[in-house]
Amino acid sequence: MATENLNVKTMAELTAEGKKPDVLFWVGCAGSFDDRAKKTTRAFVKILNEVGINFAILGTEESCTGDPAKRAGNEFLFQMQAMTNIQVLDGYEVKKIVTTCPHCFNTLKNEYPGLGGNYEVMHHSQFLQSLIEEGQLKIEGGSFKGRKITFHDPCYLGRANGEYEAPRKLIEQLDSDLVEMKRCKSKGLCCGAGGAQMFKEAEPGKKEVNDERTEDVIESKADVVAVGCPFCMTMMTDGVKTKEKEDSIKVYDLAELIAESKGL
Amino acid sequence: MGVENIIFILLLIGAIVWFSKNIRTISRNINLGKDLDRSDNKGERWSTMARIALGQSKMVKKPISGILHILVYAGFVIINIEVLEIIIDGVFGTHRILAQPLGGLYDFLIGAFEVLALLVLVACIIFLIRRNILHVKRFGFREMVGWPKTDANIILIVEVLLMLAFLSMNGADYVLQQKGAEHYVEAGAYPISSFLEPWFSGFSEATLIGIERSMWWLHIVGILLFLNYLPYSKHFHIILAFPNVFYSNLRPKGEFTNMESVTKEVKMMFDPNADPYAAPAEPEGDAVPERFGAKDVTDLSWKSLMDAYACTECGRCTDQCPAAQTGKLLSPRKIMMDTRDRLEEVGKNIDKHGKDHNDGKSLLGDYIKEEELWACTTCNACVEACPVSIDPLSIIMEMRRSLVMEESKVPSELASMLTNVENNGAPWQFAQNDRANWAK
Repeated sequence: MATENLNVKTMAELTAEGKKPDVLFWVGCAGSFDDRAKKTTRAFVKILNEVGINFAILGTEESCTGDPAKRAGNEFLFQMQAMTNIQVLDGYEVKKIVTTCPHCFNTLKNEYPGLGGNYEVMHHSQFLQSLIEEGQLKIEGGSFKGRKITFHDPCYLGRANGEYEAPRKLIEQLDSDLVEMKRCKSKGLCCGAGGAQMFKEAEPGKKEVNDERTEDVIESKADVVAVGCPFCMTMMTDGVKTKEKEDSIKVYDLAELIAESKGL
Repeated sequence: MGVENIIFILLLIGAIVWFSKNIRTISRNINLGKDLDRSDNKGERWSTMARIALGQSKMVKKPISGILHILVYAGFVIINIEVLEIIIDGVFGTHRILAQPLGGLYDFLIGAFEVLALLVLVACIIFLIRRNILHVKRFGFREMVGWPKTDANIILIVEVLLMLAFLSMNGADYVLQQKGAEHYVEAGAYPISSFLEPWFSGFSEATLIGIERSMWWLHIVGILLFLNYLPYSKHFHIILAFPNVFYSNLRPKGEFTNMESVTKEVKMMFDPNADPYAAPAEPEGDAVPERFGAKDVTDLSWKSLMDAYACTECGRCTDQCPAAQTGKLLSPRKIMMDTRDRLEEVGKNIDKHGKDHNDGKSLLGDYIKEEELWACTTCNACVEACPVSIDPLSIIMEMRRSLVMEESKVPSELASMLTNVENNGAPWQFAQNDRANWAK
């Protein structure tokens, strides 16, 4: 899928050059390995490069934060992962982290401090919003001007951490028409993937959660669903497919919307 | 002091003794839970309690039931001021003792109580209709058949009867005052019960006194019985809602606890100076080795147990739960109800057989099934929805921990995921070395 080589330095490379980044981009497992999520990763990196952010990734030194292990009940494995990651992060004296995954965001921000890992952690929607506020990033509507976009709140960004506004402000910057689903913000319906559900079949029931959520999207009459989480991306994309709406409803990550509107 | 007053005093004392006994039992049961420090941030705790419990801020997220609930809640609290007078009158054989000292304020108060009583009456009737005729969806679900449904109806019917008794008592009193009956001083304003006048005025004075007295007794005995019904009912929330919100989790909802016992072990594994062959540290005193997670109610924190007693089974959690909405077995309300049922069972066992009795049952398994626990997406919708800050998710997580860490019972797909995390540092089977390939 890769068409061009992105300019991405690892912490190891920067350190070898005697340099330090201002921010670490925590890519996450989905962002590193899942084909659809990799597009989000690349889009976000393009924006960072366009703005000229001095950033780095951990590359092969990054490892799962332990979120799915913790939510699946394996606290031991979670803490093993956390301690390993904290050793790596502290080894590079990382102070600030940005990530495109709300699960990584939540774990790094809330669960690592108790194990000795203290960092300023931002979700990419918050990071991009701060770049706009500082005047470093300018967005014009581009291809999304006037289109109806709805935002599907990731549980681990919204309810879990109270961030509902940053993603919406980004969408408004696109000169698009932000429409809300009937269940949104603190009442937003989960996509069905949280709590390690992403890695197993759902328990028996009448319906899949992502299909139920896709019905909310259809009802909102939006032609774009913006997501801020790689798992939501998978679930919403599948939901739209199941409902045979691929032609009329597109699923994009917030970073993709911005990158595309800037022609990146 | 007449026989009536002696009977009243005995009833009052009996009611208070019975109630205190049940409160002690519930408090003992809650304290069977594990320690958890929630003594921090007093200021924030008081303001959260003022906003969510006193101010009912989460109730009004559903406007119809929210506003009706505020009427019943305000009515309940305010009308109970009247109970103070009823108790004084009952003990000393006086009648409307506060009328004279309060003067004009008394008229205002009685008038306000009457208006509130009518509003409570109407709200309770609407609630009964919503439950029994309109069948609002969240009052259904499998956990709501039998006793929970009866309990809800008993509460509403008793409240209707209490309000009817209160208004009839006032109505008869009002007519007796008009007739200039002995003892019935002209006092109070009766904006609602005076509508009963045309009906009551045909009765003789003796009949009216009979009605007034029996309604007075019905009202106060009803209140004392209702008070003692609370500990057996979901209606106990009117007491526990306040401390439950006060002690609620103030941290971000996404932050799950880090298990300290695990941290100790993991830190030792990371410590280059640790002696791998060292004998395990002697347990302090007669400490029982800690179980990972929760298999039974006594493995949960006291706050989770308080949550269970604070639940009034409104079902707003289940109504918002993605698993419940799509027909999965999980219902967060059932998790809370099961926790309370099991806790009461454990409490009764202690009362009957002593502290160390083991009935061979447990919350996980006998009450809550694995399938319920694995249906949870940890989305926090239930926690967000609860008007009294109950946290069903922490119970679900503690039981998942028990399943995985104590019993190694993991759905096979999750077992593969965990193996992948352990071996490849990712939940999927990809090589660590390929992690940055997306950039190429």
